[in-house]
Amino acid sequence: MQDIIIVGGGIIGVMIARKLSQYDLNVLLIEKENDVGNVTSMANSAIIHSGYDPIPGTLKAKLNVLGNKQFDLICKQLDVDFKRIGTITVCLDENDVFKLEALKNRASENNVEAFLLSKEELLKLEPNLSDNVVKGLFCPSGGIIDPFNLCVHCMENACENGVKLHLNEEVINISKDGELFSVVTNKDSYKCKIVINAAGYNADKIASFIEKIDFDIIPRKGEYFVLDHFDDSFLNHVIFTLPTNKGKGVLISKTTSNNYIIGPSSEICLKDDYSCDKLTLDSVKISASKMFKNIPFNQTIRTFAGIRATPSTHDFIIEPAKSDKYFINVAGIESPGLVSSPAIADYVIDNLISPILVLKKKKNYNPNVRKYVHFLKLSLDEQNELIKKDKDFSKIICNCEKVTLGEVKDVLNRYVKPQTIKAIKKRTRAGFGKCQSGFCQANVLDILANYYHVSPLEILYDKNGSNIIYSLTKNNGDKND
Amino acid sequence: MINKDLVIIGGGSAGLAAAIKARQEGIKDILIIEKDGNLGGILNQCIHNGFGLEIFNEELTGPEYAYRFKQIVKDKKIEYLLNTSILSLDKGFFIKYINESGVSICHAKCIIFAGGCYEKNAGAINLMGDRPSGIFTAGCAQKYINIKGYMPAKKVVILGSGDIGLITARRMTLEGANVLAVLEIMPYSNGLNRNIKQCLDDFNIPLYLSYTVKKVIGKSRLEKIIAGKVDENLNFIDGEEIEFDCDTLLLSVGLVPNISILNNLGIEVSSAKGPKVDEIMQTNVSGLFAAGNCVHVHDLVDFVTNEGYLAGFGAALYLKNQLKEDLNIDVVARNNVSYVVPNKIKYSSNKELEFKFRVKKPCKNVDIIIKNNDKIIKKVYKLALLPSQMENIKINTTNSPLKDGMITIDIETRA
Ligand SMILES: Cc1cc2nc3c(=O)[nH]c(=O)nc-3n(C[C@H](O)[C@H](O)[C@H](O)COP(=O)(O)OP(=O)(O)OC[C@H]3O[C@@H](n4cnc5c(N)ncnc54)[C@H](O)[C@@H]3O)c2cc1C
Ligand SMILES: Cc1cc2nc3c(=O)[nH]c(=O)nc-3n(C[C@H](O)[C@H](O)[C@H](O)COP(=O)(O)OP(=O)(O)OC[C@H]3O[C@@H](n4cnc5c(N)ncnc54)[C@H](O)[C@@H]3O)c2cc1C
Repeated sequence: MQDIIIVGGGIIGVMIARKLSQYDLNVLLIEKENDVGNVTSMANSAIIHSGYDPIPGTLKAKLNVLGNKQFDLICKQLDVDFKRIGTITVCLDENDVFKLEALKNRASENNVEAFLLSKEELLKLEPNLSDNVVKGLFCPSGGIIDPFNLCVHCMENACENGVKLHLNEEVINISKDGELFSVVTNKDSYKCKIVINAAGYNADKIASFIEKIDFDIIPRKGEYFVLDHFDDSFLNHVIFTLPTNKGKGVLISKTTSNNYIIGPSSEICLKDDYSCDKLTLDSVKISASKMFKNIPFNQTIRTFAGIRATPSTHDFIIEPAKSDKYFINVAGIESPGLVSSPAIADYVIDNLISPILVLKKKKNYNPNVRKYVHFLKLSLDEQNELIKKDKDFSKIICNCEKVTLGEVKDVLNRYVKPQTIKAIKKRTRAGFGKCQSGFCQANVLDILANYYHVSPLEILYDKNGSNIIYSLTKNNGDKND
Repeated sequence: MINKDLVIIGGGSAGLAAAIKARQEGIKDILIIEKDGNLGGILNQCIHNGFGLEIFNEELTGPEYAYRFKQIVKDKKIEYLLNTSILSLDKGFFIKYINESGVSICHAKCIIFAGGCYEKNAGAINLMGDRPSGIFTAGCAQKYINIKGYMPAKKVVILGSGDIGLITARRMTLEGANVLAVLEIMPYSNGLNRNIKQCLDDFNIPLYLSYTVKKVIGKSRLEKIIAGKVDENLNFIDGEEIEFDCDTLLLSVGLVPNISILNNLGIEVSSAKGPKVDEIMQTNVSGLFAAGNCVHVHDLVDFVTNEGYLAGFGAALYLKNQLKEDLNIDVVARNNVSYVVPNKIKYSSNKELEFKFRVKKPCKNVDIIIKNNDKIIKKVYKLALLPSQMENIKINTTNSPLKDGMITIDIETRA
């Protein structure tokens, strides 16, 4: 029997799992995909918002601001790239200055440091800003993060501290048997005292296993461009357009890997529609080009889409089911969900779990994840030391992003193992570069097949069914490469 | 730290030729750095005939052609490192590289970059729709089949009808796949007629001109391609769509010079997407030379070899301090010319100049006109010009020295 079952391994589920792992509890996290953080937590803007934008008094505002403050420590403990580069919201029309001033007031109410800057001041910070910029709001506490490894490392650390993870398992029903819940998946069923519903855009479905619910989750898509690394000084902050009633508006930002990301759009969609379309992306291009000059869209290496789980209530829904305080919904976690996630986890534990379950701290809890290898960031001596111990660190398998075989093997020898080409890509960046794995995919596929002792036919690119190889060729190649 | 007079990055045909020439010109201290396990570059993968007609007057396979140059490099005892990747290349020519013996830093007085090109992929062409598995560049699929022995396709649509796309169509068919179509966005194929016949017609593979992929459909593996017809401005025409139920889309949509390793050096980039170079293949960064597919993509290896020789020659002059800049001429591609190499002329001592370029669109019955500040210095009549064929025009300046300013290349259609 489990004390707690968490449904969903997005950032919300894994943050809660990790915070729970400091207590003496049996915790199981069930995730339907073959990796954690493989749905919304993977496809977003990856901004650690300062919190100037949510309406004061909402959970969004409160948890955003509290969450933001935690990231320096969390990223140190979890070995995740994070940079507080600051955000600038720009106003391109004299008539809209009042909106920017209203945002400044919201920032003060939310206790977020924010400064109104003149055109001259803005251009000093960002020489490539559009000539039409009139005024801007600068928030120094905003930052950028690597969202992939935030999820993976967070789960890894939770597992190091005893949380169990079941991937490839979908929760298909939940019922209450006396004191306990019975959580039924497509593979098994489990008993537990407390269920935490962190199922992202499926949270409404999971919640309604227990009772009739009075909120809806409306999926809304955001499409993006990713550009290659080029000039590091092209842009220094996250630049937003003024928010509209549809969302935070289009932004342009660096990523922690020194790529550039431009988006998102905002349109109602179906729950599993991750397609990109030209009209939408063209409109993103136009909005972005209005605020920033000379964006080299010809450096695009990828377009992608993410889906916001917009709640009909317009605020995060973090509360027990009306009929059962042991069933906790963490639903409607749209933006700023990523930045709020540590504070959401605290809120869930302090306000909703601790009143109903005895929480005793473990003695041997270790908040620091076992260090990952970032070969490129090591000093020359450290690099050579490592190669002396293990020649795999001298073999570059991805030339665009300079990833070594040693790093790929390191992430394979972990609790949260990458099972697919994409999972390797998210963790190590192999295949994330300009050639988009044209050169290295075949080698990564072999590494996976060898590691798991399976036929290459079984290796997936990403989701189930995304196999790459159909058969062996007649003469089965020249295996000497 | 290691010190070298000349470091050549990339041991393909350009790099090998450059090394050989530089040695002939008296440069002793040369190092070739190659990331693969073998010298020769892309040639090693081109097992068909058709290499060397220009230089050897005979038809060799890619590996045979490469072998001749590898032999010379070995005979001349030019030093090279295999399985060695560059980690960074910084201002002042500090090269950090990695191989089994560890990470080393080498300082070079002069560098020739000869790193070749890479294939454009789905991201680069903004392919719209879903992002399932089953979308490969032709080269990636080729690696799966030729080297790994894995077959990644059953029902295939190929995007791009250049020679690589056409040859891939035949290869896929011979391996047992069903090639449903080759789509080409332009109203003409960029491949040789011979290849259209031998690779498509002989296997009844239809070629759809003025068609491209409008939408990719498939949640996990590719399920369907919606192809759309485009007008002369390459915009989709409403209602002109064809659906293909296929599991694989192979992209053969062009090659691009692979120059990101030069990012920290402040090079200027030409419209061919490679570094701008002068007539001896020197970039705007003094002492940094470049040659081969990393400057502009070539159809024939013989031209690559010659370009490598030129860069090797230039680098030797640079190292011997024999370069005297006395001209300042920008070379400009105009109207239907998509790019030209070189981009600068700097030395009046070079009497023999060669301009290499491509046209943007096919054209017939034209004059290629080369002018120096509006004075015509060469005019060549051509029956037809194709974007898939690199043109080269030589001029000799002995009798009419060039003047500072501009050299322009124009294409004019005859009435
Ligand atoms: C376009 C866009 C931009 C954004 N930008 C930002 C930003 O810049 N900053 C920021 O802070 N936030 C941002 N967000 C918001 C942020 O991405 C989300 O709030 C956050 O990722 C939500 O995490 P989650 O864990 O709730 O959901 P998810 O990541 O979707 O996780 C839910 C998980 O539950 C699993 N699941 C679902 N059903 C079941 C089942 N039946 N059984 C088992 N498992 C199940 C899913 O597979 C999934 O892994 C953005 C969102 C979008 C869409
Ligand atoms: C698919 C294809 C088919 C062709 N078919 C024909 C034909 O039939 N007949 C013909 O005459 N010509 C043909 N060509 C043209 C010609 O063969 C090539 O253009 C020529 O070989 C390119 O030589 P290169 O040295 O510029 O590039 P490459 O041969 O690509 O060599 C570049 C080398 O640099 C290395 N390298 C790259 N980056 C680094 C780095 N950072 N560190 C170390 N090493 C690095 C690479 O591993 C590679 O070995 C073909 C070309 C292609 C692409």
